[in-house]
Order: sequence, then structure tokens, then C-alpha cells
Amino acid sequence: MTGARTPGPGTSASGLTEAASGFVGAGAGSEGVVPGAGGTARGSGRVAGGARTALEAITGRPLSFLRSSWPWRSLAYLLSGALFGLFALVLIDVMVIFSVPAAVALGVLIVMCGGLVIGRFERWRLRLVDAAPVPDPHGRPREPGARAWFLARFAEQTTWREFGYALAALLALWWIDLGVLALSCWLPLTLISGPFQPSLSLPLGLLATVAGFVILPVTAYPITAWAGARAAVARAILSPRDAELIEVVRSRARLVDAFELERRRIERDLHDGAQQRLVALTLTLGMARLDLEPGSPAAGRVAEAHEQALLALAELRELIRGVHPKVLTDRGLPDAAVDVAGRSPVPVEVDIELSGRLPAPVEAAAYFVISEALANVARHSRAGHCRIRGRLVGERFLMEIRDDGRGGADPAGGTGLAGLADRVAVVDGRMTLSSPEGGPTVVRVEIPCG
Amino acid sequence: MRVVLAEDSVLLREGLAGLLERFGHTVDAAVADAPALVAAVEEHAPDVVVTDVRMPPGFTDEGLRAALTLRRARPELPVLILSQYVQQAYVEEIMGPGVGYLLKDRIGHVTEFVDALERVAAGGTVVDPEVVRQLLAKRRDPLRRLTPREREVLALVAEGRSNAAIARALVVTDAAVAKHIAGILAKLDLPPAEDDHRRVLAVLAFLRG
Repeated sequence: MTGARTPGPGTSASGLTEAASGFVGAGAGSEGVVPGAGGTARGSGRVAGGARTALEAITGRPLSFLRSSWPWRSLAYLLSGALFGLFALVLIDVMVIFSVPAAVALGVLIVMCGGLVIGRFERWRLRLVDAAPVPDPHGRPREPGARAWFLARFAEQTTWREFGYALAALLALWWIDLGVLALSCWLPLTLISGPFQPSLSLPLGLLATVAGFVILPVTAYPITAWAGARAAVARAILSPRDAELIEVVRSRARLVDAFELERRRIERDLHDGAQQRLVALTLTLGMARLDLEPGSPAAGRVAEAHEQALLALAELRELIRGVHPKVLTDRGLPDAAVDVAGRSPVPVEVDIELSGRLPAPVEAAAYFVISEALANVARHSRAGHCRIRGRLVGERFLMEIRDDGRGGADPAGGTGLAGLADRVAVVDGRMTLSSPEGGPTVVRVEIPCG
Repeated sequence: MRVVLAEDSVLLREGLAGLLERFGHTVDAAVADAPALVAAVEEHAPDVVVTDVRMPPGFTDEGLRAALTLRRARPELPVLILSQYVQQAYVEEIMGPGVGYLLKDRIGHVTEFVDALERVAAGGTVVDPEVVRQLLAKRRDPLRRLTPREREVLALVAEGRSNAAIARALVVTDAAVAKHIAGILAKLDLPPAEDDHRRVLAVLAFLRG
């Protein structure tokens, strides 16, 4: 393994570039941090062109592909499928001889109960031609016991996917495996067996053998291609990545909702509690100032306290605005946008027309985009004018913030743009930025409201 | 001067009542919600009404709507509206002679606050400096021609201050203020106006575009 992984100086360059252009994390994986036998297999597979799956490997350089383990793994993958199919068929055939209903019953049984087993077997087998991990999408039953297990499996979409896959495997896939193997190997094997063919003379037979060995590597291609395609199908059905992603996104959205609620609660508490108290305090201190003799030490102190309280009030107002502005809660996005625009040193034209209120998370996301975008306009753009346009088109809220500044805004430059994109993304929205050198800068946001 | 006060926070209500009495005004009624405000105004016929925008039961703009109702019945009734935040739409709906619109934070500047209330009671117009600032920020070209000093004066004009009050605030002579105002009105193509609140309305109308 180590030997295979340390290529000579001639191959190292191509190996490096392939790893770099291939996929992120190839370096770490090929350094051998993956433990155990699986790691070994994956590691040696990667050396051949840094591919992660048989399909990726097949597009690599022919020599490194043919020297890699991918063709052999693909062959093993198809053979195991074909053998399994053959075994099931023979079993059913034998049953048919004795009793047709029993054969049908056995077939149904293989597919029904075997779905889970076949699913597991197929996932296990998948590692032959797919180096990425294949997680088991089955959930853990909530309670111990066979009944809970059965109910959990029955309710899972995965179980039914496996059932469908088992049916397809039994009726078609295993046969195609066998067919592809037979068709690919037929010509080279026939040629190689030339000396044993009675119709050929010995020299001709030997020539045929040589020709057979020459074209034998070509068979690696159809075998690997089918194995790769079949593995992609198996992965899509048996270990879908999307399910995981959707769940992650959903839970992020839930988290954001929870944050949003929490922000509103904090805003309300600050408003109804601290802010009112501070206003009352400034009022009392202001009156105390009037009652004290001007120029006395007490008057000086109270005046100072009064100023401090007024400043605290102003700061609290700013703080609340950052947490969740009141005007957004009470009046919705258009008014809140006018409010932010009014505080911008760059003149801002607000043109947001909505027939009703947007969903609260959408409002909040859009508001913070406006707020941050205008802060950027003020800080970096040197714009003389800015325009915010927002419309509900169908079930999507579209917004555009355009300034006539110098452009060149860079999301990687820590301007908060990346954070905004994240905020928009959790409400399933998209944010795009166009900011060529010299301007104008345009931020577009699209958020579904369905 | 007799005042009816509507504010749902006990702390502020009592504080405001204390402040107004400290300045020699009478608080006829201090109530906590909009229906009580309407009833109290009918009962006491005060010289001026002070109301919070956001009050029970809905905590949206009950106070403001009550003020609009009251002024429909008695168009000359002076009303000072206190708001948590600047709401341009409100300003459009209600501004006129005898109307004031201030952020709650201004209460802390006690003398200015009482001064503003007295101007409203006398039929003047008072707009919160923050509103003016936002309107100034929104408008572009003609306002760019104003000097920084003229902008300052304009903001004070919009707040409903008289020439003398502006002169005091900026520590300049009355004549200098008059000159600035003439300059502003000329640059904004507004007709000269002697009357303070007419001037305010003209400026507001201009700022709103």
C-alpha cells in the first residue's frame, strides 16, 4: 500500500494535478488517515487518478486506469451481482420443478423480506466501486423489541426503496450484470482459446491468443462503465445523500426560526421593560436638574447622570434595532426598509410593494440584507444614490439593492456579505452579487414564500 | 393648560403627569388605553392631548387612531403623539397645525419636551428631529445646495421653532437666522412665510416630496 502510494518522480506530477483538480479532501484521504482494511482499499483505489468512484476512474488516463484496481473491482462487483442473481434464479427454478406456487412464493419472499437483506448486501458491495462512505439510511427503532423494529422499518421510506431495488435487481439488474460480463468477455476469451479451437490451425490459434490478450484490456471499459452506472443507481436508491441534506437544512431552518422568536422576545422585553424604565429615569433626572440650584455640586452630578441616561437610552435604541426592529414587527418590511433607508448617509430610494405581510422569517432575512447592504454602501461604495426594489412575484419575494458606487465588493472580503447569503440560504433563498470594478453594485435576493 | 394623557406604562404615565404639573399644567386625566382616552377627552375637553402610539389591547397604533378620531370630531384639538420609533407613514397621515410627533426618548429632555407641548397646544407643528433627519436623508438634489448651517436651521424650522428659538439654539442673532431661512426658502423654491407653522408645513411638504 505504501509502495503503491509513493509514485515515482515521473508520475507524481500527474498524480498531484489530478488530486488537486479532482475533489476536495483527496490529499487528506490519500495520506492514509483512513484506518482499517476499507482504508487500504480506498487508498489504493485513489492512487489511480485520484478517482472516488469507478465512473470517475474510467475518465482518467487509460494506462493509469488499466493499472489501477478499478477494473478488477468492477469485475468483482458485477460477478457478485450476477452470481447472486444466478443463485436466486436456480433456487426459484428448482422450486418451479416441484411446485409453481411455491416458486412464486419464494420469489415474493426473496423480494419482500429480502429487501432489507439485499439492501444491506448491496450497500456493502457498493464499496467495491465507490470509495465514498455509504451510510445506512435506516433509523434506529425508538423502542427495543421485534415489534417496534418491524413498525419502524415498515414506516420508513428506505425500506420501500430497498424493496423496489430488490425487485429491480432480481428481475433485471443481476441479469444485465451477467449479460454485460458475458458480452464483454466473449470475444477476447474466444480468441484466447484459439489453440483449443478445432477449426483453427495451431499458428492461427496462437495468433488469435495474442490478439485476444491484446484486446482483453478493452473489456475493462464496458465492465467498469456498467459497474459504475449500476453503483450510481444503487447509491441513489439505497443511500440517498439528499435525504441527509434536506434534514440538515430543515433543522437549520428550525434553528433560525427559534432564534428569530428569541430575538423578538428579547426585543419586546427590552422595549416594554428596560426602555420604558430608562425613559422614566431620564425624565426624573431631567426634573431633578430643574429643582437643583444651578452651579451646585449636586446639580453637576445630576446633570452628568442625566446625560449618561440619555446616552444609554440612545444606545439601547440602537441595540434593539440590531436585535429585531420594532417597526419590522409592527408594520412589516416596506416600512422597516424606509426606516433603515432614512438612517443611511447615502440617499436611498425605497420601492417595495407588497399586498400583505411576508412570512416573518422572510421579512427578517430581507430586512437584515437591506440593513447590511446599506451599511456596506455607506462604508465602502462611495455611492451617491442607492435604490431598493422589492416585489412578490408568484410565491417568491424578489429584491434588488443597487448603488451607483465604485463596485468591487468581494464576498470573501469579510464585508458581511457571506453571512447575509447564509441568512438568506436558511430560508431557502438565494442571494447573488454583481459588483464589477467601477460599479454598479447590485445585490439580488430571491426568497420563496410558499 | 389642561392636559389629557394616554400612556400604558404606569412609570411613564406618572412621570409625565409629574413633569407637566411641575411646569404648572393641570393633568385632567391620565389613562392607559385608547377608549379611555376618547372618553376622557369628551369629558374634560382639554387644551392638549398627549398620547402614546402603541397601547393596549392590540399594541399597534391604537393611540394614533384614537388621535385621528378625536381630531375628526374636533379638528382644532392639539395632539402630541409619542412614538417608540419614527414612522414616516404616521407623519404623512397626521401632520397639520396643532399636531406634534415626537420620539419617546425626547421626554427625557424635559424642558424641550414641555416647550414642544406648549407650541403644539398653541396650534404649532412639531416634528421630531429624527423625522427631519430621515426626510433630509431621503431627498437629494435641491437639499445638496444647502450649506451645513442651512441644513441645521432647516431641521429646527421643521421642528416648529420660531426664529428667536432657532437663534437661541444655534447661538446666533435673529437676523442671521432670518437670513438663513430666506436662503433656504429661495434654494428650495418655497414662498416666503412669516407664520411659523405654515413655514413648517411648507418645509415638511417639500421634504416629503
